[in-house]
Amino acid sequence: MTTAATVLEVRGLRKYFPIRGGLFGRHAGTVRAVDDVSFTIARGETLSLVGESGCGKTTTSRCILRAISPTGGEIIFHASSGEDIDVARLNRKALRPLRRQMQMIFQDPFSSLNPRMTIAEIIGEPLLVNGMTDGQERNDRVAELLELVHLPHAYLNRFPHAFSGGQRQRIGIARALALNPALIVADEPVSALDVSVQAQIVNLLLELQDRLGLSYLFVAHDLSVVKHVSHRVAVMYAGRIVEIAPTEALFTTPRHPYTEALLSAVPVPDPRQRARRIVLEGEVADPSNPPSGCHFHPRCRYATERCRTETPQLEATAAGHEVRCLRAHELSLGGVAQAA
Amino acid sequence: MAEPILSVRDLKTYFLADEGTVRAVDGTSFDLFPGQTLGIVGESGCGKSVTARSILRIVERPGRIVGGEIMLRRADGSVVDLAKLPPDGLQIRAIRGGEIGLVFQEPMSSLSAFHTIGNQLIEAIRLHTKLSKRAARARAIELLAMVGIPRPSLRIDAYSFELSGGLRQRVMIALALAAEPRILIADEPTTALDVTTQAQILELIRSLQQQRGLAVILITHDMGVIAEMADDVVVMYLGHEVEKGPVDTIFHAPAHPYTRALLRSIPSVLAVPRSRLATIAGSIPHPFARPSGCPFHPRCPDFMPGTCDKSFPAEIPIGQGHAAACHLYTTERAPVPA
Repeated sequence: MTTAATVLEVRGLRKYFPIRGGLFGRHAGTVRAVDDVSFTIARGETLSLVGESGCGKTTTSRCILRAISPTGGEIIFHASSGEDIDVARLNRKALRPLRRQMQMIFQDPFSSLNPRMTIAEIIGEPLLVNGMTDGQERNDRVAELLELVHLPHAYLNRFPHAFSGGQRQRIGIARALALNPALIVADEPVSALDVSVQAQIVNLLLELQDRLGLSYLFVAHDLSVVKHVSHRVAVMYAGRIVEIAPTEALFTTPRHPYTEALLSAVPVPDPRQRARRIVLEGEVADPSNPPSGCHFHPRCRYATERCRTETPQLEATAAGHEVRCLRAHELSLGGVAQAA
Repeated sequence: MAEPILSVRDLKTYFLADEGTVRAVDGTSFDLFPGQTLGIVGESGCGKSVTARSILRIVERPGRIVGGEIMLRRADGSVVDLAKLPPDGLQIRAIRGGEIGLVFQEPMSSLSAFHTIGNQLIEAIRLHTKLSKRAARARAIELLAMVGIPRPSLRIDAYSFELSGGLRQRVMIALALAAEPRILIADEPTTALDVTTQAQILELIRSLQQQRGLAVILITHDMGVIAEMADDVVVMYLGHEVEKGPVDTIFHAPAHPYTRALLRSIPSVLAVPRSRLATIAGSIPHPFARPSGCPFHPRCPDFMPGTCDKSFPAEIPIGQGHAAACHLYTTERAPVPA
């Protein structure tokens, strides 16, 4: 499903890491960190990738930015020029012009800013590197960007250490916006921040999207934050997408047992709603040695004999709602209450 | 209600650095009851961890307790003030890990990588009991089974790096419970864990508490975890206890503007998708730049000039077990602004 409004289309993305062991570094196995992942992101849309550590969400985002090279699959970027570019196959040189259109916001605002550069230099650097050599022009653009992220002009010549975590994250966002990107990959952008500051950054991301028509690929483990930012959500488990759906549908009517368990594990900030939890047994599946059939079956309370042997495919159960579960059509699962 | 097992009164722990004094904990008071969970919640720099470290007397230099009492009611009925004990004396060493168990946030750095988890458990058991090595090993296996570690008689000889994050945190809890403490202090016990593992660990703490009547101090920044676990709650901001009360009151009738603002700004899975969050203006001040008067006044929507920036509000009782330190409730006694 691709339309003119699609910014990014990922098809059958795979990233395998070899495990080397022994004295001569023999090939001892393969970690299938990302295994056949497909999705699209439309212009102005936020798609969130959620899941627990090791599910492949960060590896997926790093493949899209080509911080690492995928093992297989296609990553089609629909550039503003109308051109379709397969990011997965570009060499380093051909990637450079593309990087302007895809930018990244990092998790840790403390280690992602150079402590020896002023704010003006940090935000101006991508402009300079991409050919804006006129100092005055650059200063004007930096001032404009600061205003966009609601930081006072007076901060231009200060160094990062003078800023709080929330302010640093604003600086990181301004830097990401410098080259007018179409897509921003944000990997856990608010998880290192205090609650009262986190809310400001979540709102800023929503506001910038409305003003600039940005698309976000939002990688996060916190489902509450995800609910506040996403149009659609993809849940990953052991390298695969197990469910993808519009936000409200995924939260209120999940169709995959893993999504159901994940939702029930989120503590709700209301002591009157101490939930009847589904506590999952055991550990997250090991992507170097995933279980047979459905990767989730050893922890699934609905698993049958068939789930042990047969591998489920991602199938649509409703418009825009796809599930990778053999029993998706017969199960009736519980989500969170509908938003009032 | 029963008598409190631990009573903290006006605890003050300051860090006396060259650049100035950081009042990390500045006058905290609370009671902990057997079988109950007291939640201490707040954002970074609020003093919640230093409070826990003060109770165990493991505050790092240049920090030290400069005032207040930490009264521990011991099993024999005697009462000892932990704040007065020498921090490396025999008595506090018997209490630390003996009567009070501790679980930290980061199980990787709290467990030794050079000793098997069994050896660490056996050491902890033998430090506080008179069991033989063989009996202590049997007890260690029992403890591992109790905290839900599969195949405990095999896992006892594993090293911590061979275990997943969730299993390591279970080992930490087993270690904390090795000497059968009556109080468990858990400092962000699930912050480094995934949400389904967090659910397992919280469930474990709850069931252990029911079995053993443990009193738990749960320290976290996560209001969701507090709502799920706590009986009573202390809300801290910049070293001050701004509000305390029963968990239902704190969430449904919060009195302090900070508690109210904090609750409004939490993202929730129950929210309307893509709805804006309520925010608290500004950010948490640097500890060396603590605002005058009430430390929350520069961010407070109910700021009263001439009052809030001039004097620190005393804690005022508001309801049953509910108190807040805010000039909204003390104004009739506040000096009239000039």
